[in-house]
Formats: sequence, C-alpha cells, structure tokens
Amino acid sequence: MKRLRRTMLFVPGNNPGMIQSASVLGADSVILDLEDAVSLSEKDSARKLVTKALRSWSFKTTEVTVRINPITTVYGPLDLEAMLEVQPDILLIPKAEVASIQEVEARISAYEAAKLGGEAVRTKLFALIESAAGVEHVHEILASSPRLVGVLFGGEDYTSDMGVARTMGGMEIEYARNKVAVACKVHGVDAVDTPFTDVDNHEGLLADARKAKAMGFTGKAAINPRQVGIIHKGFAPDPVEVRYALRVLEAMEEAEAEGKGVFSLDGKMVDAPIIQRARQMVALAEKLGMVKGSTASKDEKNANDSLEGGLV
Amino acid sequence: MHGIEFEIAPASGETRRQPLPEYIEGYGEVRAFEGAFANVGVGISDHRPRRSKSVRPGQTKFLATIEEALDRAGLRDGMTLSFHHHLRNGDHVLNLVMEAVARRGVRDLTLAVSSIFPVHEPLVALIDAGVVTGLATNYMSGPVAKAVSQGRLKKPAVMMTHGGRPRAIESGDLPVDIAFIAAPCSDPYGNCNGVRGKSACGALGYAVADAQYAEVVVAITDHLVAYPASPAEITQTMVDYVVEVPSIGDPQGIVSGTTRITRDPVGLAIAHKAAQVIHASGLLEDGFSFQTGAGGTSLAVAAELKDMMKEAGIVGSFAAGGITGYLVDMLEEGLFNNLLDVQCFDLRAVESYRDNPRHLPMDASMYANPFSKGAVVNQLDVMILGATEIDLNFNVNVTTGSDGTIMGGSGGHSDTAAGAKLAMVVTQLVKARLPIVRRHVTTITTPGETVDVLVTDHGIAVNPARQDLIAALEASGLKVVTIGALLALAESMTGIPDEVTFSDDIVAVVEYRDGTVVDVVRRTK
Repeated sequence: MKRLRRTMLFVPGNNPGMIQSASVLGADSVILDLEDAVSLSEKDSARKLVTKALRSWSFKTTEVTVRINPITTVYGPLDLEAMLEVQPDILLIPKAEVASIQEVEARISAYEAAKLGGEAVRTKLFALIESAAGVEHVHEILASSPRLVGVLFGGEDYTSDMGVARTMGGMEIEYARNKVAVACKVHGVDAVDTPFTDVDNHEGLLADARKAKAMGFTGKAAINPRQVGIIHKGFAPDPVEVRYALRVLEAMEEAEAEGKGVFSLDGKMVDAPIIQRARQMVALAEKLGMVKGSTASKDEKNANDSLEGGLV
Repeated sequence: MHGIEFEIAPASGETRRQPLPEYIEGYGEVRAFEGAFANVGVGISDHRPRRSKSVRPGQTKFLATIEEALDRAGLRDGMTLSFHHHLRNGDHVLNLVMEAVARRGVRDLTLAVSSIFPVHEPLVALIDAGVVTGLATNYMSGPVAKAVSQGRLKKPAVMMTHGGRPRAIESGDLPVDIAFIAAPCSDPYGNCNGVRGKSACGALGYAVADAQYAEVVVAITDHLVAYPASPAEITQTMVDYVVEVPSIGDPQGIVSGTTRITRDPVGLAIAHKAAQVIHASGLLEDGFSFQTGAGGTSLAVAAELKDMMKEAGIVGSFAAGGITGYLVDMLEEGLFNNLLDVQCFDLRAVESYRDNPRHLPMDASMYANPFSKGAVVNQLDVMILGATEIDLNFNVNVTTGSDGTIMGGSGGHSDTAAGAKLAMVVTQLVKARLPIVRRHVTTITTPGETVDVLVTDHGIAVNPARQDLIAALEASGLKVVTIGALLALAESMTGIPDEVTFSDDIVAVVEYRDGTVVDVVRRTK
C-alpha cells in the first residue's frame, strides 16, 4: 500500500541531536535539510553528517527525505553525488523547474550507468515548487522524471517570487495551491502543502491543514515537531464520515448479495462515486488505525464499535 | 543500519555494583533490603513518646531571638536538629539557625533536613569544622551534596525517602531533639500555616512529623499574626516557642511563578507515548488517580492525560504529591475531584491550596509512610517517575550522577513506585550523550521490582514481572521491547561509558522507605 505522507518534517542537516531524534517525532517523513537550514560555512559538514547518519543510523519506519541544495549552485551536485551513495528514500529538489528536474534526472541516470551497472537507485524524487514558473509548469515538471513521487509546494518563496505579501488568509497562494493539488492528482503523485510558519499558532495550523486537505493535498510540511500531531489531526478523516463510509460499503455488500444494482442509504441514492469515495475513506481510516479489521462488520453497531475514538 | 536488533541480558545474581557491608562505621549494623514489602511493619523501634509538657495560662512562647530559643531548648553537643524544605532553594531558616548554633561552639550535631538545596552552602563550613557530623535527608543537591560526596562529613549521610523520614521520626529510628519549623505565618502561641505572608509556600506536609515528635519545636516566622492564626496546619499543641525574624526566605526561590510544559519535541513525544501506555493499561477510567513531578516532561504527560480524560469524559478521584498550577487547572476543570497536596510547587498551587476546599493537605506520613495504616501512595493508579539511570532489572538511580557525585535522592520516588499500580519511568534514552539505560546503575535508589514500565523516545520496555501489562500494551497495538534491547540501542549511540572508580569509603547510606539499606554511596577516586 502507498505510504502516508501526511507530514514531512524539516530537520536541520547540521544538528546531530535532532537527526538522532528524527524518527521519534511522529512525522511520516523527515526532511534532513542541507539547504536553507545550513549556513554556507557548514554545507560540507552537514553533508558529511547526513551521509554518516544515513549509513549508520536507523530511522525505523520513518521515511527519510533529504533536501539538497539547488542543482544550479556549487553545493547541489556535491549533495546529489553524496546522497546517491547512501540512497535516502526521497530527495527533495528545491527551486524545481523543468530544467532543474531534468538536470537532476540526467545526473542520477549517469550515476546509475557509471556506478551501478545500469541498476536503478531506490531513491525517489520530490519537487519543491516555489516559484511562479514552477507553479505554472507543474505538469511539465511532473512529466520530466519518472522518479517523481510528489510535489511540495513552498508558499514563502513563491510569494516572494510573485512580489506579494504572505497573509494569514492565504488568498495569495490559493491559485498555486489549487493548481499543484490538481496536477498532482492528474499525475498520481502526492501533493504536500506549504509549511505554516507561525509555530505557536496551533489553531491557525489546524485550520490551514484542514483547508489543504479540502483542496486535495495529501499532506503538509512541518517546520517544528510540535506541528506534527496537529497536522495529522487536520488530515484525519472525520469519524462521522468514516462511519458513513463503512455503512455505504456494508449496504453495498447487502445489495450485491440481493442482486440489486442500485441501492439507497438513509433515503439517498448511492452511486459509483460515493462508493469509490467510501472505499478510499475506509482504506485511509484502516491505515490510521481508526478502523480495526475491515469492512466485514455486519451492522451499524459493529461499525461503530470498530471505530476507534479518533486516536490518531 | 543498526536498530534494535539484539539485546543485552541482565547478569544473574547481584545487581548492586558492590555487595553491602554488614556494618558501617558511623551508621551501625546494616539491615539489607529484602523486598519492597518484606519488612513492612517489622522491627519498628518502640515509640518514643514525647515527654509530656504543660504550658500554663499566662506563660509566653514568644521569644525575641533564635539564640534565646536555643537556650530554652537546651542545645548541646550531639543533638539532632530538624528542618523542612518547603522554602526550597529560597530557605533562610536553616542558615539563620545554624549561624546561631555555630556561635555556641557546640559540636557533633546531626541535621535531619527533608531536603537540602544549593542555598544551604554555609553548611559546608560547619561540616568541615565538625559542628555538623551527621546528616539525614531525602534529597540533596549543590555544595552540601558535593561536600558529602567528597567524604567531608564525619559520618555517612543517610539518604531517606519522603515516606521513610516520617517513619523514622515517628518510630524513634531518627529521634529529633529540636525541630525548627519555617512558618510563613504564625501567631505567638504557635499556630502556623504556609498560606499567608510574604514567604507563603502553601502546604507544610513535610514538617508535620517533626512538629509532632521532636522534643522541642521552634516555629520561626516572618509574618506574625494575632492569635489565633488561621488556618493552623501545625497547631499550638505541638509548638514550644515562636521566634520572629525579618525574613524566612526569598520568595523567588520558594515557588516559581509558573511551571511549564516542556517545549522539547522529544520530551513531548515521550509524554505522548507515556499517555498511550496509561490508556492501554486500562487504568484510565472514572476514579483514576495520578501523581507526577513538576518536570517539563512529566507535566506534558499530564497535558496528554487531560486531553484524553476530557475526550472520554473521565473524572479522576485525585492527583497527589507536589502540586503544580497545571494540576490545579485540572481540578478546576473537573477532571479530578480532589488534590492531595504535600507541597506546592508554584504560586497558583499556593492560592488554590488556600482557597479551594477540594485541594486537601496531606502530611508526609499520610503521603508515603510505609509503616502506617495506609499511605496515599497505596491509592495511586499511575505514578510518573524520572530516572538518572535505570538498569536491566529496572533498578533506578536518582541519587547520584553518573560521575558518582550525589545530586538528588529518592524524595517520593521509591514510595510512589512501591505504592502505585503502574509506576512508569519516562526519560530520553540518551541524555547529554550519556545512556540512561545501564548494565548497572551507579546507585540503587528505587528497587526494580517496584518499577513497571520504562517509556523512552526509542521504545517502551516493561518489567518482565508484569506480563499482564505487556499483553495489554500489545493488545492496544503498542510495541514493547526488552530493556536489554534499549540498552543495546543506547550503547550503539554512545558507546559503553567507562565505569566510575570508587574508593572503599562510604559517604552515604541509601535507606529504603522501610529503613533497610538498599545501597551505599562510596567516595569517588
């Protein structure tokens, strides 16, 4: 089953303590950062530290992403080279545009040919789209490497590129968010929303995470570990909806058993899109441990009993 | 890549680093610890009833100076003087009294202080001069602890527990000649409380046994009120003399303005996991009872519990121990019916203790004394504990640092661990590059048989004696590993630290709550 990326948590690549603790913070994915979190004078040491950590340290079930420096800088190619030696789960490519993704793709292919006898690296790519051009060309970017498994939208750099102010309401990134979310759906990859930068505003974060979920994002980046649980809450399915989805599937089974093509639930017609959504909802709820067992429950009482109290 | 792939098994037999001696100079014969409840109620010294005394009408108890009180109390060589620690690191009383005592030229005194803090540094000179040669305390940190660790005190210090101390005082194992009660408020006839005055500290629970059983009791206050002081936590029937001084303490050091939940993400992650363990244990239901320290991670566990209790509509019976504003919030939100308070940690707790009738006092004996007709710790469902080190048998050290120097002590650690249905140690697996899980702890403070579960950032380990708990956690989908696996992981992160080397000199005796000896502290080389 596809892995969850509700949260991708940034961890400075030059902080050994935080790297060591990265797997205990509850994020689905951690982003060991070689770019913005690391000053120019520490680029080499951070790269060495992250390389060493990936070689020697277990991150358990947490996905490990590394954000390299832009491939157009002197550090980018060095980061990429070093990371291919240790093959993290994901490389996050900043300032993603068609050319930069093509460049990274070419370098990885060359590495595979030269060092691995043509065998593919296990590392997948994530595009960090954070410019007007990136947003506008998101389809072309996603078509430029088969290794891409998702997009992280960077709202801060994007608004800076646009020359507009970043606001709490987020009206200035609405178009970009919609565009990225839809493009990712089209390409079948994850869409991860921009981080919420006011780390002490937990209510604002929750509202923003819920908004991202409603727009079709599959997750949201976190810049502080305390944001992880809140984002997970924002992306958790509503227990009421899960309960309804369980009942839809149950009614469907009954209708099938009785040989009925169409059926209704609570007086409303249930059609294919509703069933499709119910299946997705239940699959997610199962993955999150909200539903024990499967859809085998036979009546509503069982469906209720199998629903955990939202302990996500 | 290495994770928890192998485990380290405990060595069989002796878990102490060195066997206990049978006799310790300056302490006496050693009755070794035999089990948390093996000696409960056994071998109690006969009660040493206090000589009856009668204060007649018209007689005054109010004295002008501490010196005069020392005269009246008949201070002489070899006496035991007691003090409580409610004023914590803001305490002026111990230093004021000992300054006067030192001027008398007396020697060979034993101090029974419920806890010693850095503010008590002047004591070091009196230890070096032989004025003070013995010490009984439940906790010490700072210069006095360092001096004791260096072997400068003539007799080994006796490290007790919050329940063991009142047991020793009441039973006569620790007879007190003069008790000095730092009283934030007193009347001239000796009715005292801790809730009024500029040095208000709240509850006075640790002073009660001293007031009840010492031969002479002197209340020292900086807030004298007209008779009768109300409330009277320590009453006129116990107090011989009252002395007024300009200041008994520095409010800054007595109570902190606020106690805060940790912001450290790793601490929060541990707290989250701890709350999941409590949930899985099945103890979190109506009537739930709980105690935690005032540390940031412990408070974070309380915060997690608060959310869980609210969501599930659970009302607990009580929270106990040292009380923080955080627990006061939970009381006021109706999540607990009562608080049982031996000591207030912050101003909010002091105010609540003063004003809220559901915020109840408990003295140290009621709190934790194992030789009583039932201590509050026996009623605890869950206790959240810290650890400086924990070994493969779940023995916990909170007495010495990993360099062998005394930097703490049980306080209520051993008492609550023994009493609670679920005694849970929460800690990072590695702190300041030192592994917390060890093959051997430097000093055993709390025996492993009373510790049920260890929750770390890198995994949960359950005492094998609690197979029921392992089953409950696994049934809830929580992963349980062995403590040996956590040790292996910790050592893979830090390497194996060199052992501290000790001399043969014993600088402190660690008494379990029943008065048996659970370990000794030796002087480091």
